[in-house]
Amino acid sequence: MSEHDTPPHHSSPSTLGAVLEAMDFDVAPTAHITLDSSRCDGCSTHICVSACPAELFVRTSDGGIIFNYERCFECGTCLHLCNVEGALTWQYPTLGHGVIFHHG
Amino acid sequence: MTLRYDVVVVGAGPAGATAALVLARMGLSVALVERGPFPGAKNLYGGVLYLSVLDELIPDWRSNAPIERVVTRRSTVLTDGRRTLTFALDDPDWARPPYNGVTARRSRFDRWMAEQAVSAGAHLFTSTTVTGLLRNDTRILGVQTDHIDGEIYAKITIAADGVNSFMAREAGLYPRFSSDHLTLGYKEVIHLGAGTIEERFGLEPGEGADLEVLGCVSPAIGGGFCYTNEETLAIGVIVSLSSLASTGLGAPELLAQLKELSYFRNLIRGGSTLEIGAHLIPEGGWRTRPSLSAPGIVVTGDAASLCLASGLWLEGVNMAIGSGKVAGETIGQHLQATDEPLPPGHYDAALQASVVGRNLQRLQRTPSFVLDPKVQHDLPRIATSFAHRLFTVDDRSAKPSLGALARRSANEGGIRLRTLGRLAFDAWRAFR
Repeated sequence: MSEHDTPPHHSSPSTLGAVLEAMDFDVAPTAHITLDSSRCDGCSTHICVSACPAELFVRTSDGGIIFNYERCFECGTCLHLCNVEGALTWQYPTLGHGVIFHHG
Repeated sequence: MTLRYDVVVVGAGPAGATAALVLARMGLSVALVERGPFPGAKNLYGGVLYLSVLDELIPDWRSNAPIERVVTRRSTVLTDGRRTLTFALDDPDWARPPYNGVTARRSRFDRWMAEQAVSAGAHLFTSTTVTGLLRNDTRILGVQTDHIDGEIYAKITIAADGVNSFMAREAGLYPRFSSDHLTLGYKEVIHLGAGTIEERFGLEPGEGADLEVLGCVSPAIGGGFCYTNEETLAIGVIVSLSSLASTGLGAPELLAQLKELSYFRNLIRGGSTLEIGAHLIPEGGWRTRPSLSAPGIVVTGDAASLCLASGLWLEGVNMAIGSGKVAGETIGQHLQATDEPLPPGHYDAALQASVVGRNLQRLQRTPSFVLDPKVQHDLPRIATSFAHRLFTVDDRSAKPSLGALARRSANEGGIRLRTLGRLAFDAWRAFR
């Protein structure tokens, strides 16, 4: 029985961030998705920010967007919804890295 | 060292593992390539496996497959955001073999499926991501991977690489990247313990429930689901990508909306969240499938959009197994006879004639019917309002007629009864 089969004994994390923190991610040394935020200036929707289910796209105070790949579900929502040519490069992580679902 | 096989199958999900199993049993050399550290690591589903499709391939699956619970209750829940109106079938016959639906964890079920292929002789490469197709001027020759040996050559390549299928796209089988017909599934797995689950749902040990919800992601388009594993409850929402774009809402807030309904709040009360995940679903059905083959390559499972999202029937894993079986059999029989390329249209025709193809063709109108805003928003609102009026006893006046109740509920929902009639006609046309 692995650690992931063991139910937590104490009160559990309830927010998305805390749950993600406790989940199994084999974080790759390099990002599988990169964002060229200079291209986001011309985008009026910034749909990635609200649509990403892991809430990985964050608006900065100067109106830009920063992206962190580390807790990515690799679902592809941003890839399909981003309509700015060349803003995102998107590949699956290599060498077994990335999210590992135990209850999928 | 150059790796050469008769067939390379990319993706060790249900479609790929089934194709590999069939081919290996026919005595062909098969590479099964999986990007996760184990099959199922990257996979997520929305609740129920219907495995009669395995009866021929793995006749003893009922005693060997890693099943969580056997589904004995199938519920449809309509909600206006506050009230819930539930239609449920409890069927004791489903508790006994041959069963109907079962629940499972994909980290275990997909791994078990891939083990069947490996036992039959397939070579499984895990933690191996395909980075591109190998091709010459006339056909696909195999795949480039990040594996230490890099290239895997094969007479035929099977793309079972899931909904985002980069392989099908690189082979030119999808016209373009598009968010049309894609929905996002977002799921939370909550630990409650077997006893609590059985008590709350009124289930016998080992029995499970499956609930499908309509109206819970309004104003977005989609639905919700909740099903029981052995020790955990999975609850989630499905939302169309285009409505995520048009509403600016996110899946986490839509799931929060579902969990706030008193019906579900009480089911998940006191539980602890173990895992959250998201995955895309190709819900467009038959009409949105890509070209299914090109010289040297065929596409199957979610990668080929072979998923049944019809509202009444929500099936993906059995569709994947069924289509992977067709791919394996078609290619296997061909390669046993000749080394010539697979004739164009050969696999497409076999798939079209299979149970998977026949179901998807017959129900090809259902995805757009189910995602219609009238079905999504008006129907659950009017139905719950009607039930509210029907079952609220008010003896200050005599009971109105059912017709009057229906008219009032429809008017309140801003819809005429005639429109509801039209909806019923559309439903009949989609499902007949």
